[in-house]
Amino acid sequence: MDFIRNNQSQSPDTGTTIIGVAYEGGIVIGCDTRVSIGNYINNRTSDKITPLAENVFLARSGSAPDTQLVADYVRHLVHQHVMEIGRDPDVKTVANLAMQIVYNNKGVNHGQGLCAAMVCAGWDKHNGGQVFAMPIGGTLLPVPWAIDGSGSTFIWGFMDAEYREGMTRAETEVFCIKAISLAMARDASSGGMVRLVTVDKDGATRRLVTHEEMEPFYEELDLRKVRDGSGGVALGI
Amino acid sequence: MVIPTEDGGFNFDLCKRNAFLGQQGVKGPSVLKTGTTIAGVIYKDGIVLGADTRSTNGDTVADKNCEKIHYIAPNIWCCGAGTAADTEAVTGMVSSAMELHRLATNRSSRVITAMTMLKQHLFKYQGHVSAALVLGGYDHSGPHLHSVYPHGSTDTLPFVTMGSGSLAAMAVFESGYKENMELEDAKILVARAIEAGIFNDLGSGSNVDLCIINKDGKDYLRNWKCPNERTYRHAGFTFPPGTTPLIKKNMNTAYCTSLPGLSALVEVSDGPEPESMELA
Repeated sequence: MDFIRNNQSQSPDTGTTIIGVAYEGGIVIGCDTRVSIGNYINNRTSDKITPLAENVFLARSGSAPDTQLVADYVRHLVHQHVMEIGRDPDVKTVANLAMQIVYNNKGVNHGQGLCAAMVCAGWDKHNGGQVFAMPIGGTLLPVPWAIDGSGSTFIWGFMDAEYREGMTRAETEVFCIKAISLAMARDASSGGMVRLVTVDKDGATRRLVTHEEMEPFYEELDLRKVRDGSGGVALGI
Repeated sequence: MVIPTEDGGFNFDLCKRNAFLGQQGVKGPSVLKTGTTIAGVIYKDGIVLGADTRSTNGDTVADKNCEKIHYIAPNIWCCGAGTAADTEAVTGMVSSAMELHRLATNRSSRVITAMTMLKQHLFKYQGHVSAALVLGGYDHSGPHLHSVYPHGSTDTLPFVTMGSGSLAAMAVFESGYKENMELEDAKILVARAIEAGIFNDLGSGSNVDLCIINKDGKDYLRNWKCPNERTYRHAGFTFPPGTTPLIKKNMNTAYCTSLPGLSALVEVSDGPEPESMELA
C-alpha cells in the first residue's frame, strides 16, 4: 500500500541526466526520457527538452511541475519579447528570464521554493552557440558544457576526461549520446532513450536515439546483435 | 512581559495545538477519496476514456456506482482520481471557465486550454488540491490525451493511466496497445485495463464506464461493463409442473381427490378395495 500513499503525496520527479555542449557553430542539448515517482516510471518516453524560442532550448531536471511551470512562464515572456523585437531572441536573454524566475522563487527551507536544475542552450547571430548551466538556487553560468540531474554525478569524470575544444557537430552529438548512456547505465532514475536537439545557424534539429543504436558498455547486452540473432555481450567501450 | 493582543495580525495557536494533537496520535476527519483506476487511449479516430465506479472512505465503499468521467466541454472529458470533492470542484471550475471562453470567442474549446487551466490551478495549491486527472478531447487539431498530476505536472502520451489502480491498468496497456486501433479494439483494451484495476486493486471496483470522443462528438457509455453484478436471494420458490417425477400413479382415490389441483396432474384410477385388517 505504500506506493499508493506515495503516489498521492509525491510529485513526478525528472530524476534525470541532462547535458548541453557547445561546439564551433552551434550547440547540442540532450537528455534521457525517464520520469518517475518513487519506484514507478510514469513516463518512459518523456521530452525533457522544451523549446523556449525557435533557437533556444531548455533541458529540465528536478521537480516536473516546477520545471514545467518555469518553462511555460519563460515561453510566455519570450513570445512577447520576440513580437517586440521582431526576430529570434538572444540566448542570454532567454536564459536570464528563466534564471530570474528560479532565483526570485527560492525557498529557504527544503520543500519550499522551486526545485529546478536546468540547462539552457541555443544559438543566436550575436554570440553563436551558447550553453548556460542553471543549477538549483538560481545561478546562471555561461559554460562550454554543462551537465545536471541525478545521473550527472556519474559522468563528471567522463566529461572532464573526454571533452575537447573544437569538436565537430557529429563528434559533439556522439559525445553527448555517450555521456547520457553512461549515466543511464549507472543511475536508476535515468533511463529509456536519448533525446538530442542540435541548434546552429540553420535552425534546430531533433534526434531520438533508441537503445539499439547505442553503444553497449562493459558486460552489457548488445541489443544490436540480439535483434539480428547473433546475440552476444559487449566486452568493452 | 505583557504580550499585546489587540495589534491585529495572525494567530497560530491552533496550528501549534493541532501539531501537538497530531503527535499524540489524534487523527482528523478523513475525506472521501476515489481510490481509482482511470485510463485513456488514442485510437484511430479519437479518444477512449475509461473509469471504474468505486468511491471509498477509508476501508469502506462509499458509493458502488459513482461517475468519475467529468464534463469539461462538449468535446473534452476528464477522468478524475484522488479526493472526490477536489476532482469535482476542479473539473467544474474549468468547465465553467471553458463555457464562458466559448461564448466570448465563439470558438469551440481546445484541450490544451483545459490542460493549462488545470495545471496552473493545481500548481498554485502545491498538491493540496488532490486531483489526478486523465484529460482527453478532440479539437480542431485532432485528438489529444494528457495526464495531470496533483502537483501540476502534465504528460502527453498515446495511452495513460492514473489512480491507485494505474499500475495494473498500465500493465494491460503496455502489453496490448497498438497504434491506430479500431474503435471496438480500443474499447475492449480500455475496459480490460479498468478491469485489471477493478479486480487487482482494493481501491477500485464495481463497473466500467467508457467515454468515446471523436470528430462526431461524444458517446458516454455508462456502465459499459458490469463484471460485479450483485445477485439477490429469492423471496420464495415456484416449480413448474412436472419438476418432481412421479414414480407411482396408483393412489387412494379418496385421498387424492381431497387435494385440490393435484387431481389435474395425476391420472386417478380406482384401485383394489383395501382389505380389512385383522387383529388376531
